[in-house]
Amino acid sequence: MATFPPEFAEFEPLADWALPTERERYAKRLASSMDELQAFYDAVFPRLEEGMDYLDRYPYDDMPDDARNLLWLLSSLVTVSFPVEVWRQPHVPDAGAASLDSVREPTP
Amino acid sequence: MAHFTKPAEGSWTQHYGLDTTPVSYEDSISPAHYELERDAIFRRTWLNVGRVEQLPRAGSYFTKELDAARTSVIVVRNRDGDIKAFHNICRHRGNKLVWQDYPGEEVSGTFRQFTCKYHGWRYDLDGALTFVQQEDEFFDLDKDAYGLVPVRAEVWEGFIFVNLDPDAEPLVDYLGEFGAGLAGYPFHRLTQVHRYRQEIRANWKLYIDAFTEFYHAPVLHAKQAVADESRKLQAYGYEALAYGIDGPHGMVSSWGGMSPPKDPNMVKPIERKLRSGLFGPWDPPDIGLDELPPALNPARHKAWGMDSFLFFPNFMVLIWKTNWVLTYHYWPTSYNTHVFEGTCYFAPPRTARERLQQEMAVVTFKEYGLQDSNTLEATQRMLESRVVTDFPLNDQEILLRHLHVTARNYVDEYLKQQPGTPVSISAAS
Repeated sequence: MATFPPEFAEFEPLADWALPTERERYAKRLASSMDELQAFYDAVFPRLEEGMDYLDRYPYDDMPDDARNLLWLLSSLVTVSFPVEVWRQPHVPDAGAASLDSVREPTP
Repeated sequence: MAHFTKPAEGSWTQHYGLDTTPVSYEDSISPAHYELERDAIFRRTWLNVGRVEQLPRAGSYFTKELDAARTSVIVVRNRDGDIKAFHNICRHRGNKLVWQDYPGEEVSGTFRQFTCKYHGWRYDLDGALTFVQQEDEFFDLDKDAYGLVPVRAEVWEGFIFVNLDPDAEPLVDYLGEFGAGLAGYPFHRLTQVHRYRQEIRANWKLYIDAFTEFYHAPVLHAKQAVADESRKLQAYGYEALAYGIDGPHGMVSSWGGMSPPKDPNMVKPIERKLRSGLFGPWDPPDIGLDELPPALNPARHKAWGMDSFLFFPNFMVLIWKTNWVLTYHYWPTSYNTHVFEGTCYFAPPRTARERLQQEMAVVTFKEYGLQDSNTLEATQRMLESRVVTDFPLNDQEILLRHLHVTARNYVDEYLKQQPGTPVSISAAS
């Protein structure tokens, strides 16, 4: 059973990044190495615009599951962009043990 | 050299009648002073505890832990549609009435009535005691005399406030000219909510300090801009468009060159592609805002990007030109700890693209917040060393100066009303 729409079949190996909450996406980022984050970014970033164009064909509140999974994958790209584009490490520098946790977010 | 016009007095600080001498931070490191603040401030001012959308129907409720005010409250919508608040305590033997699993944690949901877990006493949505287990075992128990203890609750623009002082002025009077000047802003249309929570090891006022000045932004957050841009921002420094002070409340009006930036190369690749960033989505949704309410962009400046209001003591509202809102709450738990809540409010997204743009703004807020909050712990630790006791504040830090003066004034006023109490920090210095 495919996670993503057929046009984005190349993302199937990244299916474990299709996480519906920011808390999960952030936890996965912290648990990943920079090599893994860079590889994810390099795979997904070039198709971000194409992904958004694809998703634009659906109203937000009525998306098929594979499209919604693509949305969560692209949401992970937002989370991963900070270590890759800014920090050069998975966590925010000088943030130590600090955690700013999501306690409420929209579902879906 | 000033980039934006300052008042005739030469500075915002002098314009608002504040002195310009270095300040003491003893009010942020003294356990005794914090104990006074609890009674003088948190039991006497209007505290924002939520929004009306959290109580969609009769019986909808949430609890709020007000550690600083020494209580927990239940906020509920009754059968008439009115919002009521009660101390969260059963009248029988003092058990916390509404909680689940962990007595110190906040809960929400829907009830037809409130039932105490301990002995099954029941209260209706107006707080009346309606059922007593084995009532005939009691001695002349008058149920009418044992309703829940009410707390004043009033609503401003959909924001629910409580006040533990029965003699406090009405909420709309308390919120003053900023409250009046924001009336009509379509907060009720911004129902897409993301909330973050963090336990901070610093005095509550220190985090407000951090968020009421942007003097730190080009330095602490330098890496969040691309390198060339970061150098330019740091050389330029930060100046607000305007500051405002009204009674205990303050506001800062800021420019917003990043939504969208003049040159796309000023921002990170992900922002360019998504068209969103710290200042929010670059293509704002229509939220029915034909004209800005008078309190927004008071300088009527073309470069306006965002206004940040501090409603004393602990409620901040940031209203962005790009039609979204961020609120901050700071809930003290001791003299050097507090719980911070940051909440982003957007118009419901119509497409996945809009959802991603909002996600970008939310995540950016979080990355900045993590940088800000850990700096606070570092500050608190060294302030407590008392190696240095006087700190110079500049004109862009006027709201900090005003916050600490206001908080000390509340304590001084409170002490004046108490016979035979200890001398305050201000009187001693």
